[in-house]
Amino acid sequence: MTWKLRWPVGIVAIAASAVVFLVPFAFILLTASKTGPDASDLSFSLPKQWVLIENIKEVLHTQDYVVLRAFINSITLTVGSVTVMVVLAAMVGYVLQRRRSRINTVVHFLVLAGLIVPPAVVPTIWVLQGLGIFKTMIGMILIEVTFGLSFCVLLFRAFVGTIPRELDEAAIVDGAGPLRLFFSVIVPLLRPVMITVIVVQAVAVFNDFTGPLYFLPGDAGVTVQLTLYNFQSQTLNQWNLLFADILLITIPPLVMYIFFNRQIVAGMTSGAVKG
Amino acid sequence: MATTVARGVETTGVVASAPRARRRKSPYPLWFYLPAGVLFVVLFAIPTFASFYFSLTRWTLFKTEFIGLDNFVQFFSEPMLVSAFGHAFIYGFLTSAAKVVLGLLLGLLLTSSIVGRGYLRAVIFFPVLVSTIGVGVTFKIMMKPDTGLINTTLSWFGVSGPGWLTDPSLALYSVAAVDIWKGVGIATLIYIAGLVAIPQEYFEAARVDGASGWRNFWNITVPLVQPATNTVILLSLIGGLRSFDLIWAMTNGGPGFTSDVIASVIYKQYQAGFYGLSTAGNVVLFVVVTAIVVPISYLLTRREVNR
Amino acid sequence: MFPSRARRALRAGAVLAVAALTASACSVGSIGSGSDSSGSGTTTITYLTGNDQTNVAFQTALIDGFMKANPDIKINLETQPGGTEGDNLTKTKLSTGEMDDVFNYNDGSLFQALNPDNTLTPLGDQPWVSQLTDQFKATVSTSKGLYGAPLGSSQAGAVLYNKKVYSQLGLSVPKDWATLMSNSEKIKAAGKTAIIQTYGTDWTAQLFVLGDYGNVAAQQPDFATLYTENKVHYSDQPALQGFLNQQNAHQAGLFNKNYASATYDDGIKMLATGMGAQYPMLTGAVSALQANYPDDVNDIGVFPLPAQKASDTKLTVWQPNALYIPKTTTGAKLDAAKKFVAWVNGTEGCAVQSEKSPPSGPYVISSCKLPSDAPTLVKDLQPYFDSKDFVSALEFSSPIKGPSLPNITVQVGSGISTAAQGAKLYDEDVKKQAQQLGLPGWS
Repeated sequence: MTWKLRWPVGIVAIAASAVVFLVPFAFILLTASKTGPDASDLSFSLPKQWVLIENIKEVLHTQDYVVLRAFINSITLTVGSVTVMVVLAAMVGYVLQRRRSRINTVVHFLVLAGLIVPPAVVPTIWVLQGLGIFKTMIGMILIEVTFGLSFCVLLFRAFVGTIPRELDEAAIVDGAGPLRLFFSVIVPLLRPVMITVIVVQAVAVFNDFTGPLYFLPGDAGVTVQLTLYNFQSQTLNQWNLLFADILLITIPPLVMYIFFNRQIVAGMTSGAVKG
Repeated sequence: MATTVARGVETTGVVASAPRARRRKSPYPLWFYLPAGVLFVVLFAIPTFASFYFSLTRWTLFKTEFIGLDNFVQFFSEPMLVSAFGHAFIYGFLTSAAKVVLGLLLGLLLTSSIVGRGYLRAVIFFPVLVSTIGVGVTFKIMMKPDTGLINTTLSWFGVSGPGWLTDPSLALYSVAAVDIWKGVGIATLIYIAGLVAIPQEYFEAARVDGASGWRNFWNITVPLVQPATNTVILLSLIGGLRSFDLIWAMTNGGPGFTSDVIASVIYKQYQAGFYGLSTAGNVVLFVVVTAIVVPISYLLTRREVNR
Repeated sequence: MFPSRARRALRAGAVLAVAALTASACSVGSIGSGSDSSGSGTTTITYLTGNDQTNVAFQTALIDGFMKANPDIKINLETQPGGTEGDNLTKTKLSTGEMDDVFNYNDGSLFQALNPDNTLTPLGDQPWVSQLTDQFKATVSTSKGLYGAPLGSSQAGAVLYNKKVYSQLGLSVPKDWATLMSNSEKIKAAGKTAIIQTYGTDWTAQLFVLGDYGNVAAQQPDFATLYTENKVHYSDQPALQGFLNQQNAHQAGLFNKNYASATYDDGIKMLATGMGAQYPMLTGAVSALQANYPDDVNDIGVFPLPAQKASDTKLTVWQPNALYIPKTTTGAKLDAAKKFVAWVNGTEGCAVQSEKSPPSGPYVISSCKLPSDAPTLVKDLQPYFDSKDFVSALEFSSPIKGPSLPNITVQVGSGISTAAQGAKLYDEDVKKQAQQLGLPGWS
């Protein structure tokens, strides 16, 4: 991008983004601020009465603070599974890209298969029951790790390819073993993609609906997406509360994204990878 | 000492042939696969293969009765099968193509020194953060033909907008557009990671040679961002071919069956309690998607290695 | 530069991992502590129901009432989404032996799909059974026994209409289809929507067909049996008439202009405000009317979808959901569960039911009576029950209900396909389900 264009292009982009990306959010916010009958119109209009705070309070009070409990569970699940997932997947992606081995064809195929085949619910429950970890947070974390592995491996494999092998060689010359080579040379260089993976997978796990529904049933393990169903039913939808809930549960991923977004920018300004 | 020097010379500048005939332990040990592999096999591969057996049975979750290939016969006689496959291809290829192109352009824009960069990055990623249910409900309302925001706005310019989700010939494309809106943030983020990883020296060298911005784009950016492109293509193609959650949230495959894709047909069978039949459908879907994606994947990785 | 960077990254990684471990450890503890926390002498059971807020408020009131009367029993409420997702969850929990001690679920064909003889505790010996209506008994029974107790009231699939509009235009309740059509033309001429349709919420499109079943059964009393045996079909009369009615109403231009995108909530609004006069719907809509339009709810009345001949017109009735106890509940928990089920259907339980959940039709157990302040549309139903002019909906007397009916009726009602094509498609849909159920006469 040439320097003299940075203002006009930026302004156009900001204007376009406002229309395309912010208007839908304005709609969510407006609906969340309405009273029940007002919101049941589902029109894009200013609320007759601003009751956003009351709606949020009501959402929080619902079913004995179920939304708060869901927050704790979802955050635990997200942090736990993304941490494990990222480490394990980076190890696989790294060896998969670096090593020439016959087994890689199989591994590569399995990674794709993991993306293509939807999980089989009932047999998976049998396995979890056999291991004694069905309906436990540990079991749920392992499930999310497993289902997220393929996506992460694919990304890591691609990006390990951008790291020059000369760096590996240099570290080996210095006497680094496989573990040190990986954790102290490769992992720091994978920072941009690692942040990408963390952000994308954290959102995916946090927003996962069917996983916890089947593998962590029971109100003790309720997660945020399930709380949306408190305000929807076949014969009575409470749109204002539904949207207030949508608004509430979007906050944690938003905070996380804003935090990591700064990390990406920091990575860029420090000159990224010096090859 | 002498050996290590020789080794360094051997591989410098070339993209990797394996450490030849070296009896030393590889620096890339296979046991790195182990922890992930165990989880994958126990919690994914075993249940999946177990479920494939059920595709040969009439399965109510309580009882199984072996019926051979009847489920496959029935699946292929599904009245909407051909159109559902057609819709899935349109949906998959359309959304992944758009995500590649838009993702790259937005990635470039957001790694340049444009004003309001932080804001723009946040805003493009917003849709990813919102759950599919929320996005589905919101757009369903905005796309209403009479009172929806989109057509109300169009009417200010004297254009009478169509029924985005109620016109049988449009519904699939409208959902695809929302899918792109929701997913382009991830593609952009992957591209940003890829663009950031391109060493600045290449551009500096090109500047010395007096290359134009356009030539830099084709000769440096596009080839060097190839790993990101491959990832975006694979992820969004697989995602698009088996996606149904947004379609389900916005149209339930309707009006009628005009936005039904293969995955939503299978999902409906599952929801209706036809567990054996839907497992058979998943086997078919798996074979079809694999037949499309695996060749593409090998083609793409080959290009990557030969660069 | 590498060492410092690496150290930073490792440190960050370690902090994250530790945070994750501590977090997961404590929340596992909290999951464990969810059950039996009370002292000795108390039995704790869990009760599973749908998780929408109005239902939860209602169920909580029931539980609280019960626990007050039985201080030695503690009930924990567990919730899950309803709809088809809930169907799958229920089956998954039962088949993996993880069902709660008591659960609230549909009856009729969905109940039959639970494999009740192997998964549920028979309740036929319970004292309240003798007070049930025969129609309800049939929907919670297999050939081997009775498994469910009612919770809530019945509802009808019929035409909700705005009485103000009807009286302004001098119309009277139609007894046959031709009168409904001529009424509709007059409403349309008066500049109002004659028949409200809301395909933006696609299940609402099925009412023309499902609500016509009373009339089908009036003309062919053994329809359900023959239908289950693959001997009669929707592409033939009298069952085809429901599809034809929907097609004809569409062709006559009687629907609201935005029928294709309007949602259920839009439909309720049109009906309550009098913008639309007639809405084929379940009377369960009374809860939405009462919540969002409390001032207008008593302007809404109801009549059955009329048959071609007035003498064939019967009301189609949906039975209330039921309470079940799975086989996995045993010992003291089983006794506590049975006590709860009995209490719900006794005098005190009925009082809570009618106070906390507005009835949408008569109750199916003689111990529960409609309150005197029930909404108008519920009172409108009573005469049909008193004169026995009603039939349980097809899903309560046959295990077959094709899953694609919403999409198919949207097609017919929007003119994308004809009634005959739609009915034929539905027959194929049903065939698939019957084969999956392994019913005799379908392969």
